[in-house]
Amino acid sequence: MALYSEKVMDHFRNPRNVGQIDDADGIGEVGNAKCGDIMRMYLKIDENQVITDVKFNTFGCGSAIATSSMATELIKGKTVKEALELSNKAVVEALDGLPVHKLHCSVLAEQAVRAAVKDYYDKNGIAYDPEDFRDMDEEELHEHVGH
Amino acid sequence: MFVYADNAATTSVSKTALEAMLPYLTQNYGNPSSLYSFGQKAQEALQQARETVARCLNADPREIYFTSGGSEADNQAIVSAARLGARKGKKHLISTKFEHHAVLHTLKKLEKEGFEVTLLDVHEDGVVRLEDLEAAIREDTALVTVMFANNEIGTVQPIAEIGALCREKKIPFHCDAVQAAGHMPIDVKAMNIDMLAISGHKFHAPKGVGALYARKGMVLSNIIEGGAQERGKRAGTENVAGIVAMAAALEESCAHMEENTAKIIPMRDKLFAELSKIPHSKINGSLEKHVPGTVNMCFEGIEGESLLLMLDDAGICASSGSACTSGSLDPSHVLLAIGLPHEVAHGSLRLSIGEYNTMEEIDHIIETVPKVVSYLRGMSPVWDELQKGQRQHLI
Repeated sequence: MALYSEKVMDHFRNPRNVGQIDDADGIGEVGNAKCGDIMRMYLKIDENQVITDVKFNTFGCGSAIATSSMATELIKGKTVKEALELSNKAVVEALDGLPVHKLHCSVLAEQAVRAAVKDYYDKNGIAYDPEDFRDMDEEELHEHVGH
Repeated sequence: MFVYADNAATTSVSKTALEAMLPYLTQNYGNPSSLYSFGQKAQEALQQARETVARCLNADPREIYFTSGGSEADNQAIVSAARLGARKGKKHLISTKFEHHAVLHTLKKLEKEGFEVTLLDVHEDGVVRLEDLEAAIREDTALVTVMFANNEIGTVQPIAEIGALCREKKIPFHCDAVQAAGHMPIDVKAMNIDMLAISGHKFHAPKGVGALYARKGMVLSNIIEGGAQERGKRAGTENVAGIVAMAAALEESCAHMEENTAKIIPMRDKLFAELSKIPHSKINGSLEKHVPGTVNMCFEGIEGESLLLMLDDAGICASSGSACTSGSLDPSHVLLAIGLPHEVAHGSLRLSIGEYNTMEEIDHIIETVPKVVSYLRGMSPVWDELQKGQRQHLI
């Protein structure tokens, strides 16, 4: 069996929504270069809190790029509230699975979306429960998924 | 175009090796331990193979023990020296930071059994210093084990000098020569090597066969218990066809070493010259003393696994020392041992070429790698920060 599903390879080979948004309403960056993966997510959000555009930049392995790409697809056109509900599991399922040792990439993708939404809230003075955005550093992330 | 550029991982079986082994699969398939003449044909083939392998290393045939490969040979050599040393109260082992895991993990195991291990620095150039070794040697040193050439970056170690020093100090010296055998001249006598491991599939023999050279007088401990094969030191019915193929392949590689090297070096140098034009790239390890075919470079701002996947799509087989390809959180211990920062080591690429490669294939690599690197940099937040001056270039 190949390392990755066809869906993962498709999103790796033809990543959706790659790029940056100069006037983004929210930008989130997670991961660190030392550990080998960084994801940066840009959101354009309208007055109804709908994500009208999303772009990403990722430094990382095949699954890091594929999970970023899939996450952008899953949240585009959704409200920020809906985007916050995106789970890493949903990303994995949408990609027809990931190898166990690559699951942390999907966690990073989920975290990147949340970090971008938090940035949007912060910039616009929108109140939120800080508990919803407990910062997780890269090492915790890896431990979190039993790496 | 399909380009196999991972010859340090494994090689194709040569026509010579294949033809040599085939009769021992279908016709002379007897068990070498059987008494009847049909079995003895296989025994003779083993003996001839032993003589051939010994000749290629300048050893005595009785000093060659066939194994399942390089890892088993490394395991047996190290464990044997440790057991011998322990009997004399010597429980100190010396090696280097960038050995193959077959060596490092065996040393780890012995450490848990109460041995003390010193791992020598390999410096930025990927070469062990003799003075470091001399300083590390103690009264209770039971073994020095240093690889001939590194599997990831290709740097060659001062084996003859290490051998001479160990002989002078009367310390057994084991050498993991898996990357060198068939590619560089090896003379166990002149180099004062007491034990040496080789692996067939790195020089056009099949996988699953290797050999351990152990100088007369080196008492080996068994890793595999059972029958009396290999002078009682390695049980199990011999992989006759594989052994015959390995001997044929080694003989062929050694006979054509100069012309193979002459063919490989210009291809390798072209790779280095052209790929070095990629901005913020770095050649890993000194090129002064180097196995012919190994090219290891880092490209800042990208990650190795995605690089490999894209090269695969372009038909190029290569490898990387990134964490994602090593299956752990850390990038390759070899790249860290030569002092590369983690973030740089993640962006490493190893191309290992052999005499079967062509200049057209090299040109395909040279055309593809820069495109892939620049594509991946285009979507990399790390590269973005480097470009904007928000992050310092490390290479």
